Amino acid sequence: MIYWTRAMPDLDQTPVLSVRDLNVRFGRNSIPAVCNVSFDVGRERIGIVGESGSGKSTTGRAIMRLLPQRAGVTAERMDFLGSPLLEKTERQMGGLRGKDIALIMQDPRYSLNPVLTIGKQVAEAAKLHLGVGGKDAVARARDMLARVRINDPDRVLSLYPHQISGGMGQRVMIAMMLLARPKLVIADEPTSALDVSVRKDVLMLLDELVRENNSGLILISHDIRMVAAFCERILVMYNGRVVETLSRLEDAAHPYTRGLIAAMPDPKHPVRRLKVLDRKSIEVETNP
Amino acid sequence: MIKVENLDVVYGSKDKSNHVVRGVSFAVSRGETLGIVGESGCGKSTVLRSLAGLEGAWTGSISFDGKPVGKVRTRDELKLAQMVFQDPYGSLHPRHRIGTALAEPIRSMGAGDGWTRVAEALQQVGLPAHFASRFPHELSGGQRQRVAIARALILSPPILLLDEPTSALDVSIQAEVLNLLADQREERNLTFILVSHDLSVISHMCDRVLVMQNGVFVDELTRQDLQAGVTHASYSRELFEASFL
Repeated sequence: MIYWTRAMPDLDQTPVLSVRDLNVRFGRNSIPAVCNVSFDVGRERIGIVGESGSGKSTTGRAIMRLLPQRAGVTAERMDFLGSPLLEKTERQMGGLRGKDIALIMQDPRYSLNPVLTIGKQVAEAAKLHLGVGGKDAVARARDMLARVRINDPDRVLSLYPHQISGGMGQRVMIAMMLLARPKLVIADEPTSALDVSVRKDVLMLLDELVRENNSGLILISHDIRMVAAFCERILVMYNGRVVETLSRLEDAAHPYTRGLIAAMPDPKHPVRRLKVLDRKSIEVETNP
Repeated sequence: MIKVENLDVVYGSKDKSNHVVRGVSFAVSRGETLGIVGESGCGKSTVLRSLAGLEGAWTGSISFDGKPVGKVRTRDELKLAQMVFQDPYGSLHPRHRIGTALAEPIRSMGAGDGWTRVAEALQQVGLPAHFASRFPHELSGGQRQRVAIARALILSPPILLLDEPTSALDVSIQAEVLNLLADQREERNLTFILVSHDLSVISHMCDRVLVMQNGVFVDELTRQDLQAGVTHASYSRELFEASFL
């Protein structure tokens, strides 16, 4: 727990990540998967929402430079703490990933190694990114598991991923990813594989740790209400473009955003039929 | 329409046994939609599978339309209740064309080859008739779930059992599927049992909701309760608060 108290609030207000005109094109496909996306992330929480295929995950992966070779990623600017990400070598990126930029993925069952114990995997993160060895790494792993409110970290350290529940698995992932106190955390649908009852806990925990580290968070999700509850700013993506940037859901002006909100059943305002998206009018609005 | 009394499901035997559903009883009247909510592992899907006749290890009594049904169903009993599964990717045979998948229930019930009804069934769920010659991978998730609904409806059952029908879909597609289900319910006077962990979907669709925890029902909520946010048990309160951030 000692190294947590050492954390001094970083008062630096320059953006952690600054993206201008990001384009991603797969192969020789004429339609870009991500088209002219620009945004800045400071020490804040921003959300990216959209349907499947809108390019929200691709944007996240493009920042991590995790897209396959055939994906052409171009950007006028994609700076992480002032240095351009696209000019870095694979080796330099390897040093950044996990240490300064962390990615939390949807399903802990697929992102944890099934044949290694939780302890080994979390300690490995400590060894790699903090440069501590053996026992020290395990001790840090244990502290970190306690931080994500796992009751008996010693027992969990010796378990394999299939022996823990989805909610606990996602906590382990958060522990592993935030151990090195990254400056930017990209959470790609971190709760969509989880039950509603644990979803809130996991989000609260993520929020609390990110605030404590004073880092930036990009929350990628299809659930616009959840994102609105957690983020200061929301980017709404449709067909690879950012159609709107909002700070409150009530300000939504774009037909797509309004459509998304209206499509969600709301128990407080029951309707007989849910509104469905009118894709033709959205098309007209986005490509005038 | 549906009456369940003391339904018990136990997996395994002796000391390794796992008591999944612990003596639940409920009744659903004709045209009503009953919702069952709870977290994963609480036994809600098992209740539904027992009703559909997919589960062999249950005890108690289940009756449809006043007639008790056994563990092994006759064709007539099977025609009373059909199920729509959660995952539209897993519930359609990847190497059968949509037409084959839709004609299958009619063929297996011994009512002809069923091909003549495929086009009509597709149109009812808002898909073009030429989709019959497509394979499941050529369809989007929402379209596949429509096919699954068409397949469940092709035998014109009075009861539809829905196991998380929209949890694999985007909100925008979810709205389309929920509307389709509501329309079909109105048109055919169907009785639904809808299992979900999403309280907002449940409260949109259902007249009455049962909250399930560890194999038993801990709370029953009416539509008015849901709108006003009234709960009668601490667990349903928790679930309620977690669902609406």
